[in-house]
Amino acid sequence: MAEHLLEVRDLSVEFHTAAGTVKAVQDVSWHLDRGETLAILGESGSGKSVSASAIMNLIDMPPGRITSGTILFNGRDMLAMSAEERRAINGARIAMIFQDPLAHLNPVYTVGWQITEMMTTHGAPREEARTRALDLMKRVGIPRPELAMNKYPFQFSGGQRQRLMIAMALACKPDILIADEPTTALDVTVQAQVLELLGELQDETGMGLLLITHDLGVVAEIADRVVVMNSGCIVESGNAAEVYRNPQHPYTKKLIDAAPGKGEMPDEQERKGEPLLSAIGLHKTYGAFHALKGVDIAIMPGETVAVVGESGSGKSTLARAILRLDDPNSGQVLYRGRDLLAMSPRELFGLRRDLQMVFQDPTQSLNPRMTVFQLISEAWAIHPGILPRARWKERVAELLVKVGLKPDMAARYPHQFSGGQRQRIAIARALAMEPKLIVCDEAVSALDVSIQAQVIALLDGLRREFGLSYLFIAHDLPVVRDFADRVVVMKDGEIVEEGPVRQIFDAPAHPYTRALLAASLDPDPEIQAARRAARNLEEGLEIA
Amino acid sequence: MTDTQILSGRKQSGALGRWFSMLWADKLAFFAALFLFVVLLCAILGPHFLDAYATKQNLRGRNAPPFDLTHGWIYVLGADALGRPLLARIVVAAQNTMLVAAGAVAASSVVGAALGLVAGYSRRSAAQWIMRLGDVIMSFPSLLLAVIVLYMLEPSVANIVLVLAITRIPIYLRTTRAEVLEVRERMFVQAATVMGASHRRIVFRHILPVILPTLVTIATLDFAFVMLAESSLSFLGIGIQAPEITWGLMVSQGRPYLTNAWWLSFWPGLAIILTTLSLNLLSNWLRIALDPAQRWRLEMRGRKNG
Amino acid sequence: MKSFISKRALASGVSLIGLVVLVFFLSRLTGDPTDLYLPLDASTEMRDQFRQMHGFNDPLIVQFGRYVADLARLDFGQSLRQARPAMDVVLEAFGWTFWLAVITMSCVTLAAIVIGSLAAFRVGGIFDRIATFFSLIGAAAPDFWLAIVAIVIFAVKLHWLPTSGTGTPWHWILPVSVLFIRPFGLILQVVRGSMIGVLSSAYVKTARAKGVRTPVIIFVHGLRNAMLPVITVIGDQAAAILNGAVVVETVFGFPGIGKLMIDSILLRDFAVVLAVIMVSALAIFIMNLLIDLAYALLDPRIRY
Repeated sequence: MAEHLLEVRDLSVEFHTAAGTVKAVQDVSWHLDRGETLAILGESGSGKSVSASAIMNLIDMPPGRITSGTILFNGRDMLAMSAEERRAINGARIAMIFQDPLAHLNPVYTVGWQITEMMTTHGAPREEARTRALDLMKRVGIPRPELAMNKYPFQFSGGQRQRLMIAMALACKPDILIADEPTTALDVTVQAQVLELLGELQDETGMGLLLITHDLGVVAEIADRVVVMNSGCIVESGNAAEVYRNPQHPYTKKLIDAAPGKGEMPDEQERKGEPLLSAIGLHKTYGAFHALKGVDIAIMPGETVAVVGESGSGKSTLARAILRLDDPNSGQVLYRGRDLLAMSPRELFGLRRDLQMVFQDPTQSLNPRMTVFQLISEAWAIHPGILPRARWKERVAELLVKVGLKPDMAARYPHQFSGGQRQRIAIARALAMEPKLIVCDEAVSALDVSIQAQVIALLDGLRREFGLSYLFIAHDLPVVRDFADRVVVMKDGEIVEEGPVRQIFDAPAHPYTRALLAASLDPDPEIQAARRAARNLEEGLEIA
Repeated sequence: MTDTQILSGRKQSGALGRWFSMLWADKLAFFAALFLFVVLLCAILGPHFLDAYATKQNLRGRNAPPFDLTHGWIYVLGADALGRPLLARIVVAAQNTMLVAAGAVAASSVVGAALGLVAGYSRRSAAQWIMRLGDVIMSFPSLLLAVIVLYMLEPSVANIVLVLAITRIPIYLRTTRAEVLEVRERMFVQAATVMGASHRRIVFRHILPVILPTLVTIATLDFAFVMLAESSLSFLGIGIQAPEITWGLMVSQGRPYLTNAWWLSFWPGLAIILTTLSLNLLSNWLRIALDPAQRWRLEMRGRKNG
Repeated sequence: MKSFISKRALASGVSLIGLVVLVFFLSRLTGDPTDLYLPLDASTEMRDQFRQMHGFNDPLIVQFGRYVADLARLDFGQSLRQARPAMDVVLEAFGWTFWLAVITMSCVTLAAIVIGSLAAFRVGGIFDRIATFFSLIGAAAPDFWLAIVAIVIFAVKLHWLPTSGTGTPWHWILPVSVLFIRPFGLILQVVRGSMIGVLSSAYVKTARAKGVRTPVIIFVHGLRNAMLPVITVIGDQAAAILNGAVVVETVFGFPGIGKLMIDSILLRDFAVVLAVIMVSALAIFIMNLLIDLAYALLDPRIRY
C-alpha cells in the first residue's frame, strides 16, 4: 500500500467533562494525499474538528485524552513525537485556518507582524519574512499590501481577514492546509471568492487540503472526496459526487434531504386589499453610516416576505426599525393603517402583542436566569388580558408541544437545551402573544442544516394554523426559496429588487440578485462542477 | 393555589440541600462558611455569655502569655494589659466588628445599587449627576468624614456604620451602572421590549436578577474590605472608642506592648485575617454557585463526593 | 485626544470644586482649632487674637470667599501647625508618597504579572494553587497588623531593619513590603483570571497552530491582551497609595501625604487638608490619563 501524505488510523479521543466521559471521536480513519481535497462533513457535535485538533496538538490534555490510534505524517507517527517536533511541524508543514478570522487573529498586533511571525518562528530571517509577507498579501488579494501590513485585524472586512489568515497559513509553504469551516461566517459572494482562492492556491502549491465543514454546498464546490461524520463516528466516505448521488447511510440521506433550496416554490398570490404592515420611506443613519436609504416594504395578511441581503445591507436595521427597537430618522411604519412611529408608548403597548420577533441567537435572546415557564408566561404577565393566571401552566405545556418540545421541560433553564430547542422556546414565547406578524431576524442562520429544516417546517406549519404573517430576514437564498411568498433583495441600505419568489429565483432582473444566486452553492457536486466550468469558460472568453 | 404552595415549600427544602451539597463540593469554601458561621455565633451569643469575663480586670494576670492554662481555659490566648482574657474579648468584639461591617455593606449596597440602576438605565442627565456625586464621595477623604462624625455626633456603632456606608457607595454605584449598561443591550432585554415590557419590569425582572450575583459577590468581598477599613479607623483612634471593642481596636490597644507581649495584637489581627480570607473564599464560590450556566460544576462535584 | 482630555478635565474639575466646597464647610464642623494651638491657660484675649489673626471670627461664607480669592492668586493658605505655606508642606510630603507609590507598584506589577501568568498557564496545578492561596491571604491581611508584626520581627527581634524614618534605603524596605502585600494579592488574582480567559481564546489557538513557542504565547500573544483589565486595578491600587497610605505611613513614621493628612485633620489644619485634597486629585487625574494612554497603547482598537 502506498504511503499517504497524512493518514489518521483508528483515532479515538475522549473528553472528561463534569457530565462524565464524552467520546468525541471513535475509531476514525481517513487519509489525505498531495494535491487532493478531502472534506469532513458533519453537524455541530459530530466530532468533525477533533481529528484536526489532534493533528495540530491542540487538544488540551486533560480534559482530553487520545485513547487509541495513530496519525501518520509522511509515514511517521505524530503522536509518538516530542512536543518540540510537533511544534516544528505546526505552521511549517501543516497549517490551519479557522472559522472566525476576527477571533483567531490577535487583536493587538498588526497583521504584518502576525504573518511575519509565522516565518520567523520557523527560522526565517526577519527581512526575508517581511518581503515574503508582502508578496503573500498581494497574492491573496489584499489591496495596498504595504499599508495593510501595519494595520490591525479589526480594520479589515471579514473576507479580507480570512484572506490574511490564508496568507499566514501558507507563509511557510506547508504540505497540508487544514481549513476548519473557513467560509461559514462570510457572505455568500465572499465565500465563493475565498473558496476559489483556496482552489487556485492548491493548484499552485500542490498542497493537500483538509476541509472541515457542515455545508454540502462547500463540499460540492471544492472537495474531491468526502468523509461524513455523525456523533463521533464516520458513517460514510467516498468520492464527493458519488456520495451525493448515491448516499448509503440513512444519516447522509437525511443530511442531503435537509439541504434547503430544492422544494416547490409557492405560486404567486394575488396581493389585494390593505397590507397588514407597510413601511414607507424609512431612513436610518448611525453617525455617518447610512443604514437605510428610504426603504418601502409591504406585508399582506398571511404572507411571508423574505428580506435577503449580505452583511451591512440594512436588513436587520429594517427589522429593528419596524418593531421600534431602533427609531428610524424618518419614514412611516403603518400597521393596519396606523403609524407605529408616531404612537405614544401607551398606544404602542396595545399593538406589541400583534408584532413579535424571533432573534438570531436564542442563547442571547432568552434570559438565562428564567425558566422556560417564566419565559413563555411572561407574555401574559405583561399583557394581562390574554390569559388568566390559572391557565398559564396548561397553556405553556400546549405551546411546548406545539413547537415540538415536551411539557415537562417547562421547569428547565435555557442553558439545558440545544441551540435548536432554544429557538423553539423562543418561537413558543412569540406564539404566546398570539401575534399577527412575526419578524424572524436570521432566526435559523445559527442552526445546523437538519435543525434548520425542522424549524422552517415548524414556522411553516404555524403559519397555516394561525394565519400568521412573517417578515423573514436572511442572508441565505436557498432557505428563503422554500418558505417565502415574496422576496426583497437589499444592498447597501436600499432595495434592489422585489418580487414573488418564483420571479426572483427563476428570472432575477438585477445584477446583484444574479450575483447572489450564482454565489450560493448547490449541494450537488455535478451542478457546481458545471457552474465552475461555465465560469472558467466565461473567463477564458474574456481573456481571449 | 395550595398546590403551588406545597410545591414551592418542597422546592425550598430541596434547594437548601442542593446549596449545601454545592458548598460541600468546594472544600475550601465549605470551611470558610463554617468558620464564618462560628464567627456569627460568637457575634450573636458571645457577649451574652462572655461579657463578664471580657471586662473583668485581673491585675495578677496582666499580659499573661498564651497557651498557659493555669488561670483557666479562658486564658488560653493570654490576657491583655489589664489582665482581661483575650479569648473572651475576641469573642465579644466579634459582635461590634460584624455589626459594623454588615450594617455598612447592607446600607451601601442598597443605596449604591439603586443609584447605579438609575444611572445605568436612564438616559437623562440625572445619570451624569449621579456619577459626579459618586466621584465626589469617592475622593472625599474617609478619615475626614470619620473625624467629622466623631466630633459632630458620637463614636457609636451606628455612626461608624454611617461613615463606612457612605464611603463604599461608589463601589456599588459604579459596578451596577457598568453592568446595567452592558445587560441593557443584551438580546433578551430587547426581546422583553418587543413584548411590551414596562421599564420597571425590564429593570427588576430582567436586568436586576442578572447583575444580582455580581453584586452579592462584590458585597461579600466588600464585607471583608469594610472590616479592614473599620479596623484601620479604630487603629488610628478615630473609629469605635473604648470601652466598646472591635478587633481593630484590640490590635491598636496592644501596640504599646508589642515588644514584650506580641499576642495582644496578634490574635485579633489573626481573627481579622481568617474572617476576611473566609469571605474572599466564599465570594469565589458564590460567583460560580449563583450562575446557572456554571452551577453544574459544583453540583457534579457534590454528587461525586457526596 | 485633546477633546477627550478636556472632557475628562471638565468632569474632574466639577467633582473637585464640589469636593473642595464640601470639605471646606464640613471640616469647620469639627471644631475650633484655637484650643488645640493655645495653652490651656491662655486668656480670652489671646484666644480672640488667635481667631482674629486666622480669620476664624468671620462668618463661614466670608472665610470661604477669602479662601477662593486667595486660591485665584495660587495662595493655598498657611499651615497652622508649621506656620508656612500649606502648599509647600503638602508638596514636600507628596514627594515622599510619590516615590513610595512608584517603587511599591513597580514591584507589585512585575511580580503579579509574572507569577499570575505562570499560574494561569497550568490552572489547578501546584504552582497555581500555591500562588492563589498566598494571594488570597495577602488580599485578606490588614496592613496595620502586618506593619506591627513586621516591626516586631524585623526591627525589634532581629534588629535587621530600622522601625521608622526615611534616612537610608533600608528605611524603605518595611513600608514598601507591607504596602506590597495587599495590591499584590488583588492584582495577581486579576492577572490570573484575565490570563486564563486569554489563553483559552481563539487567537492563542492560532498561535499554537502556528507552532509558536510557549513562552512567546504567554508573554507576547497573551500578556498584552490580558493586561487591559489589569491596568485598571493597578490604577486603583496606585491611587489608594497616592491618596495616602495612612496606616502604614503612620506606623513607620513615614513623612508622606497620608500621615500629613491624618495629622492635619486631627489638628484642624484646614488649609493643609484642602491642599492635600487638591494635590491628590491632580495626581490621580494625571494617573488616570496615563492609564487611558496605556490602554490605547496596548489595544489599537481603543482611540480617544
